[in-house]
Amino acid sequence: MGRVAKALGLLGLLIAPWVLSAYDLSLVGRFLALALPALGIVWLWGYAGVLSLGQGVFFGLGGYALAMHLKLVGLAPQELPDFMVWNGVSALPYWWVPFRSPLFSLLMVLCLPAAAAGVLGFFLFRRRITGVYISLITQALALAFSTLLISQQGLTGGFNGLTNFTAFLGADLTSPAFHRILYWITVGLVVAVVAGTRWVLGTDFGRLLLATREAENRVRFLGYDPAAGKVVALVLSAVLAGLGGALFTLHVGVISPAMVGVVPSIEMVIWAAVGGRTNPVGAVAAAVIVNLVKDRISSAFPDAWLYLAGLLFVVTVLVGPSLGRWWRRLQIRRSRPHPQQEVAYVP
Amino acid sequence: MREMALVLGQLFNGLSVGSILLLAGLGLALSFGLMRVINMAHGELLMVGGYLAYLAHAWTPDPLRPLVALLLGFAGAALLGVLLEWLVIRHLYGRPLDTLLATWGVSLLLQQAARNLFGPTGVEVTAPAWLRGTFTVNHGAFAGLSLPHVRFFVIAVSGAVLAGLWGLLHGTRLGLFVRAVNQDREVSGILGVPTPWVDRMVFALGSGLAGLAGAALAFLAPVTPTVGQSYIVDAFLVVIVGGVGSLLGTALASTLVGLLSSALQVFTSVSFSKVVLLLTVVAFLQLRPKGLIWVRSRALEEGSHG
Repeated sequence: MGRVAKALGLLGLLIAPWVLSAYDLSLVGRFLALALPALGIVWLWGYAGVLSLGQGVFFGLGGYALAMHLKLVGLAPQELPDFMVWNGVSALPYWWVPFRSPLFSLLMVLCLPAAAAGVLGFFLFRRRITGVYISLITQALALAFSTLLISQQGLTGGFNGLTNFTAFLGADLTSPAFHRILYWITVGLVVAVVAGTRWVLGTDFGRLLLATREAENRVRFLGYDPAAGKVVALVLSAVLAGLGGALFTLHVGVISPAMVGVVPSIEMVIWAAVGGRTNPVGAVAAAVIVNLVKDRISSAFPDAWLYLAGLLFVVTVLVGPSLGRWWRRLQIRRSRPHPQQEVAYVP
Repeated sequence: MREMALVLGQLFNGLSVGSILLLAGLGLALSFGLMRVINMAHGELLMVGGYLAYLAHAWTPDPLRPLVALLLGFAGAALLGVLLEWLVIRHLYGRPLDTLLATWGVSLLLQQAARNLFGPTGVEVTAPAWLRGTFTVNHGAFAGLSLPHVRFFVIAVSGAVLAGLWGLLHGTRLGLFVRAVNQDREVSGILGVPTPWVDRMVFALGSGLAGLAGAALAFLAPVTPTVGQSYIVDAFLVVIVGGVGSLLGTALASTLVGLLSSALQVFTSVSFSKVVLLLTVVAFLQLRPKGLIWVRSRALEEGSHG
C-alpha cells in the first residue's frame, strides 16, 4: 500500500474521536479490535505458512477470560452471576473464583490462548503435521469449543454467552469517556503490533520463519528446527487473537459462542486474505472495511450479505494474487521510470 | 439387560452415521488424494443431494422413491461438482489453502441459496412403506432392542458404493488412470494419461457420492440449509484419520469415527463427545501422523511431483 494511503489511514484513526459520532466511533473501535486476530493470521499464515481455521478459539479464550471477571465485578462474596442463578447453579465453580481479581483475569487474557496454542502447536508440529491437515484439525477445534460453550449453560452462559457488564477497574462501561479511552488503547495496540511485526520480520527469527514457509525441509537440513518457529508463531497469533477478543468484549459488552465458532474463525482469515496475507497494514484496513460493509449491508439486506461474503471469498482467492501483482508492478513503474527487473512475487 | 440393548442400539446408530460419513468422506478422500484439494463446499453438495431427494419424493411413486432419490442426488451433485471444478478449483491447483477458502465461499453461497429456495427450517422426507418398519427384539438378552429398517438400508447403500468404487478403481481404465495419477502425476502425464480429465472425473464422482450421502441422510434426519456443516467436520476427520487417498483407510476411519462418537454419547453429552473425539484424533496422529493407511512415496515433500 502506498505511503500516502497509510499516512491518511493513520490520520483518520487519530482524528476519528472528534469527527465521528459516539456510535460510529464504537463501531470503528470494535472493528479495530478485530484487526488484532487478523494480524495474528498475517503472522501465522502469511509468514509461517500455517493456515489455522480455529483462531476463534483463542479469540474466545481471551474474551471469556475478561468477561468472567466482568460478570463478577461488584458481586458480594455469596452472590452469583445472573445466568448461574437462572440455571440453578448454587455455588461459584472453583475455576471462576480467581477471576474476581482483575490482574489475574488480564493475565489470563494473554496466558490462556498462549497455553492452548502452545500445547496444540507442540503436538501438531512435532509430528510434522502440515498444510491442510492443520486447517482441518483447527476447524474441528473451533466447532468443539463452541459446542462445548453452548452445552455448559450454567457455567458459560450457553448460547447467549456472557453479557450485562457494568464496570471494569472502577470505570463505568457505558460512559462515553470509557469508550474513548478504550478506542485509544485499541488504536495504540494495533499500531504497536503493526510496527512490531516490521521489526520482528527483520530479526533472525523472522527470517527463519519465512524460510520455513518457503522450504521447510531445507531449513531442517540446515540444522534448524522448523517446528519450534511454527509453535512460536501459533502462540503469537493466539495471543493477538485473545487480546482482540478481550478488547472486543469490552467494546461490544458481550461475548458469545457465535463469535468463537467455525464461521467467525474463517471470517478472520478472509480479512487477512483481503488485505494481502503478508501485509499487516492491509489486514488492519481489511478488517475495518469488510466489517463496516458487513454492518451496513447485513442490517439493510441480511440475505445479500451472505451472498456477498461468499463471493468475497471466491473472488479474493481467484483474482486477489494477480491484483496484488499488478498493484506492485504499478508501484515499481511509478518509482522507477524503466524497471530493470520484475520483483519476485511472494505468494 | 436393558443397558446391553441400549448400547447395542447406539452402536448400530453409530454404524449408520459412520456409513453416511463414509459416503461423504470417500469423495473428499479421493479428490484430496489425487489433487491435494480440500473442498469445503463438499458438505453443501451433500445438502444438495438431500434437497434433490426431497424433490424426488414429491414427484415419484411410492415404492421407487428411494432409488430415484439416490440416483437424482448423485447425478445432481455430480453435475454441480463438475461446474465447481471448472469455474473455481481448476484455477487453484497447487494452492490447497486457497482452494479451501474459495470453496468455503461457494459453500456460503449454496447455503444461502438453499435458505432462499427451501426456507430456513428443514424439509422432511418420509421413507416408503417397505422401509418404514423396525426390527425389534422382544425376548432374550437383547429385549427392547429396535433397529429401524431405514438404517439398514443406509448401511447397505454405503457398503454397495464402497464395493462399486473398489471395482471401478481396480477394474476400469479410469480406475487405472486414477491410481496412476495418485502415485505419480508427472510421470502419468508423460505416459499419456489425460490428467485434467481424470481430475474432473474424480471430482465429479466425489461430488456425486456426497449427493448420494445427502439423499441417504434425508431418510434419517430432516434436510436443512446447514446440514452439510454438521457432517463436514466429521468427514474431514475421517479423511485425516484414514490417510490420504486410501479407500480402505477411509472405510475403516469412518466406521471408527461413527462408532466412537456414538459410543461416547452413551457416556457423555453430544458436545463432550465432540471434544473427546477431536482429542482422540490428535492423539492418534501422534502415533500415525499420516493416518491409518497411506500410499508410500519416495517424494520428500507433499506434492513435490505434481
